[in-house]
Amino acid sequence: MQAQDQPIEIQATPAGQVTPVPATLPPGRQRWAWVGQLLRNKKAMLGGGIVLFFILIAVFAPVVAPGDPTDFVDRPHLAPSREYWFGTEGQGKDVFAQTVWGARVSLTIGFATGIVTTIVGIVIGMTAGYFRGRVDDVLSLLMNLFLVIPGLPLLVVIAAYLRPGTTTIILALAFTGWAWGARVLRAQTLSLREKDFVSAAIVSGESNFRIIFREILPNMASIIVGGMIGSVTYAIGAATALSFIGLGNVSDVTWGTNLYWAQNNAGLLVGAWWTFIPSGMCVALVAFGLSLINYAMDEVTNPRLRAERDLSNVLKDRKLRDIHATPVVRRAH
Amino acid sequence: MRFILRRLGFYLLAAWASLTINFFLPRLIPGDPASTIIASSRGQMRPEQINQLKEALGISDAPIIQQYFTYLSHVLRGDFGISFSAFPSPVTTVISTGLIWTLLLGGAALIISFLLGNLIGVVASWRRGGLLDTTLPPLLVLIGAFPPFFLALMALFFLGLNMGWFPLRHAYDDGVAPGWTFTFVASVAEHLLLPAITIVLVSIGGWVLGMRNTMIGVLAEDYITMAEAKGLSQREVMFKYAARNALLPSVTAFGMALGFVLSGQILIETIFSYPGLGYLLVKSVTSLDYPLMQGLFLMITFAVLAANFIVDVVYTRLDPRVRTG
Repeated sequence: MQAQDQPIEIQATPAGQVTPVPATLPPGRQRWAWVGQLLRNKKAMLGGGIVLFFILIAVFAPVVAPGDPTDFVDRPHLAPSREYWFGTEGQGKDVFAQTVWGARVSLTIGFATGIVTTIVGIVIGMTAGYFRGRVDDVLSLLMNLFLVIPGLPLLVVIAAYLRPGTTTIILALAFTGWAWGARVLRAQTLSLREKDFVSAAIVSGESNFRIIFREILPNMASIIVGGMIGSVTYAIGAATALSFIGLGNVSDVTWGTNLYWAQNNAGLLVGAWWTFIPSGMCVALVAFGLSLINYAMDEVTNPRLRAERDLSNVLKDRKLRDIHATPVVRRAH
Repeated sequence: MRFILRRLGFYLLAAWASLTINFFLPRLIPGDPASTIIASSRGQMRPEQINQLKEALGISDAPIIQQYFTYLSHVLRGDFGISFSAFPSPVTTVISTGLIWTLLLGGAALIISFLLGNLIGVVASWRRGGLLDTTLPPLLVLIGAFPPFFLALMALFFLGLNMGWFPLRHAYDDGVAPGWTFTFVASVAEHLLLPAITIVLVSIGGWVLGMRNTMIGVLAEDYITMAEAKGLSQREVMFKYAARNALLPSVTAFGMALGFVLSGQILIETIFSYPGLGYLLVKSVTSLDYPLMQGLFLMITFAVLAANFIVDVVYTRLDPRVRTG
């Protein structure tokens, strides 16, 4: 990726004129340039590292914490010790084992929901954006309806009727959470549809299906990945919340049910902070890692944010202050 | 005017959609919904409750279309059935007790975080690269990444239980009689503080970032340069020229934020046992009080829709382009 190696000249024009950045890469590679930039971004690396750590924990749960996490190992509410790193919970189960094994179902629900919502979002959003007119009117109305109806109450009501289980939770989460991604993808499809390469594809007689998936879709890869990360974050949080209320399958070991049992066995009231801190921290850390990746994606794909970061570095170097103008990036040839 | 009518039509449609979801949801489950619920209640239900459940769900031997219209007419008359858990009070009575607390908690938290967040956003973008700008937004993003209910649990545990600074549950002390007395208001405020702070902490980051990003765009406009050239004071340029114009997206976001607050509040209220709609919703689910649950879902949805509509109306006053275009 040569773009990064080229000298970048920053100009702060008070009037905020935006100078077009000349495309320097061949279109095929330029399209995926953000992946390379992301791999060199510190925030993305930190976030990715955190998420990867938890994925590894989930995969290697039998190695990290051997044995059945639902076994009763000792007296209830023992404080963390050398033997039980995170102590025991209200029924005498090992909190460490529960936290490790909890990663499995929680992450599965998160990523599965992310994939389902993304597919639904792609199909509905891109159909609306590509076909426009009536189709768009109907689909946009549908999206707006789902956006305006509050999600968690709907989720609670749906979960209350369904038999608790991992699949039903994934479906319920996808049902309430698909509209965000769909709307973003619709907007992007609408704007990409106006581009010359789409007109060229239409004129050359390519099928709608091919244009949507081969021409437009790859150009939205960063937005799709960003949206997917967002819905994984949402799903992990919402699934934990549902299980915490007691709407999940309470015999499953997930971070949410761990919190549910911590609350139900009065872990809070007897001062057993170790019963709820580990699972809660795991959810928070995964969410934090995922949002770090998303911020990094924003930084990499949004030229204005990137320029701003460069500008603030320049300002710091030259000890300049109080510049309100919006920076503009100009690549010198 | 046309814009407002169109929005009104949309919200009415959304209200109808949520009613319809509410009606069909119990019927989508394979088998007879009433008997599924009765089976899952493990014999906790009395026969008269079962009959009321059937009536509340509108389940009868009549064709489904007829059941649907019976249900709609009941809802239009404000008849949501009888609550099981607060038997024999009607669902509407139970809801109205919760509504006050939810509006108090949600309203207070939302207004505080809206005002404070936007103010921080304005100042941070004005002194871009300054101390406030470099430390606060990332910190708030970090806090925002925490699941709200976990933050609430920690606040309850450390500030409420360990430190004893805040009361642990309910909206006011049991010993205090409700009324416009100083002790009652003080007790309500004391109980409101911790849940409200939690909601503010979770939601303020979005306002700060949103305002900051809009401000950065607005600051590049010609009229800002013009205002500076005229020699207006910094404060005047910052608030009268920049912030006023940057506020529009925040106003639009206000309606959406209300939905989020009402949603997120469900868990916060549950953790603090704050007797609002969210707490009632969770309690109705765990006690299998389906009429109450359905009524609460509709109530929360309608509240969000109404708030969004109000925001739309305000928006037309603020942005003339919406009115004319």
